[in-house]
Amino acid sequence: MAASDQPAISAQHLVRRFGAFTAVNDVSFQVEKGEIFGFLGPNGSGKTTVIKMLTGLLPLSGGDAAVQGIDVRKDSEGVRENIGYMSQNFSLYTDLTVTENLTFYGRIYGLSPERLKKRLDEIVQLNGLGPYLNHLAAELSGGWKQRLALGCAMLHEPKLIFLDEPTAGIDPVARRQLWDLLFELSAHGITFFVTTHYMDEAERCSHVAYIYFGKVIADGTPDALRELPEVRPVGTYRVEITAPHVTHVLRIARTIPGIRSATIFGQSVHVLIDDTLDLDQLRAQLLEHDHVVAEIRPLAPSLEDVFVELTSKHLAAQEASRA
Amino acid sequence: MRDLFRGFSAVFYKEALHVRRDFSTLFFSLIIPILQMFLLGFAIDTNIRQINTVVFNADGRRESRELLDRLKNSDTFHLVRYVNNDRDLNDAIISGSCRVGIKIPVDYSDHLLHKTGAQVLVLIDGSDSSVAGQAINVTTAIGLDESLRRVLANSSAAFAVDMRPKILFNPDSRSPNFFLPGLLAVLLLNVTTFLTAFSIVREKERGTLEQLFVTPVRPMGLLLGKLLPYLFIGFWELLMLLFAMRFIFQVPIHGSVLLLAFLSLPYLFVSLSLGILISSKATSQANAMQLAFITILPSIFFSGYIFPRETMPKFFYILSYFVPAAYYINITRGIILRGAGWVHLWSDALVLFLMGTVLLIIAARRFQNKVIMA
Repeated sequence: MAASDQPAISAQHLVRRFGAFTAVNDVSFQVEKGEIFGFLGPNGSGKTTVIKMLTGLLPLSGGDAAVQGIDVRKDSEGVRENIGYMSQNFSLYTDLTVTENLTFYGRIYGLSPERLKKRLDEIVQLNGLGPYLNHLAAELSGGWKQRLALGCAMLHEPKLIFLDEPTAGIDPVARRQLWDLLFELSAHGITFFVTTHYMDEAERCSHVAYIYFGKVIADGTPDALRELPEVRPVGTYRVEITAPHVTHVLRIARTIPGIRSATIFGQSVHVLIDDTLDLDQLRAQLLEHDHVVAEIRPLAPSLEDVFVELTSKHLAAQEASRA
Repeated sequence: MRDLFRGFSAVFYKEALHVRRDFSTLFFSLIIPILQMFLLGFAIDTNIRQINTVVFNADGRRESRELLDRLKNSDTFHLVRYVNNDRDLNDAIISGSCRVGIKIPVDYSDHLLHKTGAQVLVLIDGSDSSVAGQAINVTTAIGLDESLRRVLANSSAAFAVDMRPKILFNPDSRSPNFFLPGLLAVLLLNVTTFLTAFSIVREKERGTLEQLFVTPVRPMGLLLGKLLPYLFIGFWELLMLLFAMRFIFQVPIHGSVLLLAFLSLPYLFVSLSLGILISSKATSQANAMQLAFITILPSIFFSGYIFPRETMPKFFYILSYFVPAAYYINITRGIILRGAGWVHLWSDALVLFLMGTVLLIIAARRFQNKVIMA
């Protein structure tokens, strides 16, 4: 049904209204097969609503969407057969064992007994759930619950899996392990649609989009986003200055001509500098002021920088259009 | 067609596991109706007997004592107090300690002797209409009988008209025989509606319902998968209640037990569907409980379980046609008391089956349109 060159998800001008409130406002993006697509945005910005529209849980108020080549408006059931979905709170039956939870979802998708058995073995192998098969889901820790939920979502071998905040409330080790698992599966051609709050997770995605109050304001690979002119104006570059007294450095940096902006990040200061001022000149300038000896190195903007920059530009534009 | 019920066997499997895991809760929810049957079955007697009665016998001669003996032997009156003046007679009734007061005047025997028509005053507390009705009937009958006996004493003529009432099906007018088949319907409704009323709202609270909606499971598959395990449980409950009714309360079953069991299925289906519909509307388990209680009261009052449907005002009589328990009580009383068969009861069963189907379709439509998610 789905031709191989079709994108995994194609969303065009999606709109979803709840009464007078527009939760999703003209959202378009495309996810290619095999990508790990990170969908970011603050709480209440419409992330979960978009997922619900793409999975057929919420009807579209406007726009079109095709998931795995299937029109969401026309055949939401067809879509549901071809995707996996793991919701925010790992919707498991806590009074059922690990095996029983898996078996239930396998049967829901109509797996034959032989195929179910084969898939159970594969998933247990992949997720390492082996020692817990006869434990009730209620007895599992957060990380294991999440693995079980992921297992339930992929029993029927979907080529596209939606993960709605899969790492919320999970310890760092389990978080790292989940991402390792996602990369492994992605290498086998499975596409992931992941929402998250963690910027380090966003950095790991092959494609990210940032939604801000119903509007997508950034869409591309992390590297492409870093090079956006809004983020890195032509004729500028970023450096990181590490020194013992960062507040002191910040105060000085702001007085040096050629430095456009400076912000503290932990033990260092990130500054945006004109091309005309090179690293040696900067180091010299700092020494001149109060004999600051600093370690200076060039820096690519983080995705957090990108989103902060784009959000403030977006707000400014909105303000301007209103005025 | 198979597609319409997609996911049914998976949901059935899962629900059966839930039931097995939480067996103790289930066990108690099945035991409670049995206890209720014991409590209500022993406590409620719809026949009015042994009404507390106060007597002021101003005459005191043989004829007056004979009259009192007749009242006593009727089994309707229990002569608990004897007083010597009108005021005490009144007070006994006003205080509520006695329902009926009998005053035999000083000249009772004299009037009998001279055939000038003796009078006896019967005071009846009207605050309970059924007690008052019974007291009027019995005292009037005794008076009439006593008069006839005296009029006919000297002639050999027979009674001109002799009415011989014969009560069919429950000749001794035993209360349990009449009462328990109705109670059966109410208890079954109670337990089954609650069983399913929690089933969907629980998943809503846990968030698993949303997960289910992203799978290809169809609404009817989901609902029937949830309903069927509880149909078995409801059926088991029915058998336990029938057993208690037959062997502990000694209510004879005149018709076919097999037919009764079979015709109970549509009723269980209706009440389980009702629970499912409640569950799809409810926002929380507490909310589901409230809604379930609301549906139970009409089943008690408009089903004919306590008050006969025929004597209700027109509006409520029509309303009673929408109460599933009304049809089922006709089935239980029909088979248990009147020995009715398939030909008499198939229409009631059909109506129940249709009601259940309609309720389930309404619930399924709510899922189809994802009203639940909003």
